[in-house]
Amino acid sequence: MATALVYLDGDPRESALEAVTLARQVGEVVAVTPAALGEDAARTLGRYGVARLVHLETGGVALDAPAAVGQALADAATQLGATAVLLGSTFATKEIAAHAAHHLRAGLLIDVGDLRVHEGRLAGSKRAFGGTWDTSCAVTTECGVATVRPNAVQAEPVATPAEVQTGALTVTAAVPAGLELVGRQEHAGEGGRPPLAEAAVVVAAGRGTFGDFDAVHELADALGAAVGTTRDCVDEGWLPHDAQVGQTGVTVAPRLYIGAGISGAPHHIGGMSASQTIVAINIDAEAPLVEMADFAVVGDLASVLTDAAEAIREHRGGA
Amino acid sequence: MKHVPELESARAFSAEGRTVRSTEDGTLNEVDENAVEAALSLGGDEVIAVTVGPAPAVDAVRRALQMGADRGVHVLDDALAGADYAATATALAAAVRSLGPVDAVVTGMAALDGLGAVVPSLLAAELDLPQLTVAHEVTHADGVVTIEREVAGATETWRAPLPVVLSVTDVANSPRLPKMKEILAARTKEVATVSLADLSLEVGDVASRTQVLEASQRPPRPGPQLVTDDDGQGGRKLAEYLISEGLI
Ligand SMILES: Cc1cc2nc3c(=O)[nH]c(=O)nc-3n(C[C@H](O)[C@H](O)[C@H](O)COP(=O)(O)OP(=O)(O)OC[C@H]3O[C@@H](n4cnc5c(N)ncnc54)[C@H](O)[C@@H]3O)c2cc1C
Repeated sequence: MATALVYLDGDPRESALEAVTLARQVGEVVAVTPAALGEDAARTLGRYGVARLVHLETGGVALDAPAAVGQALADAATQLGATAVLLGSTFATKEIAAHAAHHLRAGLLIDVGDLRVHEGRLAGSKRAFGGTWDTSCAVTTECGVATVRPNAVQAEPVATPAEVQTGALTVTAAVPAGLELVGRQEHAGEGGRPPLAEAAVVVAAGRGTFGDFDAVHELADALGAAVGTTRDCVDEGWLPHDAQVGQTGVTVAPRLYIGAGISGAPHHIGGMSASQTIVAINIDAEAPLVEMADFAVVGDLASVLTDAAEAIREHRGGA
Repeated sequence: MKHVPELESARAFSAEGRTVRSTEDGTLNEVDENAVEAALSLGGDEVIAVTVGPAPAVDAVRRALQMGADRGVHVLDDALAGADYAATATALAAAVRSLGPVDAVVTGMAALDGLGAVVPSLLAAELDLPQLTVAHEVTHADGVVTIEREVAGATETWRAPLPVVLSVTDVANSPRLPKMKEILAARTKEVATVSLADLSLEVGDVASRTQVLEASQRPPRPGPQLVTDDDGQGGRKLAEYLISEGLI
């Protein structure tokens, strides 16, 4: 049976389990991590059908530069005879994917929402041009590298959990000459909210907030959602750059995207148009985001978001 | 430099699954202006704008020349039609190599049409250079470039000695707006058109490693189910919609 590698940068989150669920379509799944994971992680992965969990042993080379991780992953893929190498779809993982594809001389698919084998080759589909086109693409090489967009599928456990083999795999990796990671500062997590890029529900708000995000946070809390915003709000210093949704920010594709006080500039739409259900709240019924929404409320965002949050809490409480 | 369809224009794929391009609605990929600005501020002897693309792509190079680049190179070859990431990066890397030793290869963080954002990394791999990518802040001193970038919930600072591959975001700088005088002067700047053969590449070297199986236009969105909050019930109606759709 074909082998599909899934790269995980740490303990398996929902998005990793989605990638594993997709990977099962194209081969026996081997999860690869930069450092060893614990037994809990192995058990979770087993429930989702992962056959092997290996961590990369580089003989002391740090796996922080995308070039080094990509090379190590490519070496692992070669040693394990993989026909597919799958990663998440963030700026950081896309860089790793590029280096892995370079070393494997493999075709590269970016941001796919499904995976299959087409005439013996890895294939996947994605939305293009602000969500107005569907495209599907196959690699022409024996092995394919693909980045998988979060929330495209529901993570599904297998009927019979697999007994996961764990171990290390010695691989070659080198950091390009002179390249140095001088510092890395993790941002304080947003009060237990899911990471924006992977969130199943995103509440985004723009300039229409005039800088007051209280109602936005209230609805996000009620929904267990991540908070997103537009570049203009980041420029104003209202929210950090991490929260920017769009072409030069984070690409999101949640099951539910709620955009409040956002006009829907092409730059913003390019980063959220693959969302499954789109809701807009705006005082302007003709804003582009309202026009592309599935459901829209014309009104002041502060009261609409607060009332919606209250109704949702009531529903949850009564359920 | 990448020539891309105007963000606002109607965009489409051809029967072969290639992006339909024309001169009228094409433009320089917006963040590539930040790349030109970054290249100009590195303070080297010469800034050369390089693109791979069909005939209209020369407009992207021209825009860079108006901003102050000294000369341009346009890799133009029918064999590159429908080039994927790998083929594009191979051709770009060969064009860079043909220029002799360079101090830095500067790009935008992503092409805003496709949003692949992988060509800078592929270029770094091809050229075997350290990459400093998705930089929102760039400093250069004594032949060492330091960048700050934000990825996956962290701010990272990276450093590497020249030569490097650098990619910048739209907030890394403010691209200069060329004045009429510079626009006119750019007309006389040289743009060399080079073929694969000129770069000692064979057709097989730039064979795409991916193949478009299908491209179809999605049906237009039907338009929203619209409610107003005039009666103060908008928020409740929104919650009811989410509940009825099984989203809660
Ligand atoms: C190179 C480049 C890259 C960019 N990248 C991005 C990107 O990645 N992401 C991004 O988002 N933008 C990006 N932009 C900016 C983008 O072009 C827009 O300027 C931005 O998205 C607009 O933000 P906004 O919708 O918050 O503000 P506006 O366009 O000002 O819209 C505000 C909206 O709020 C509504 N409103 C006002 N008051 C209320 C109220 N009380 N209640 C409800 N609604 C109200 C208004 O009707 C309006 O529709 C980029 C721009 C450039 C040039």
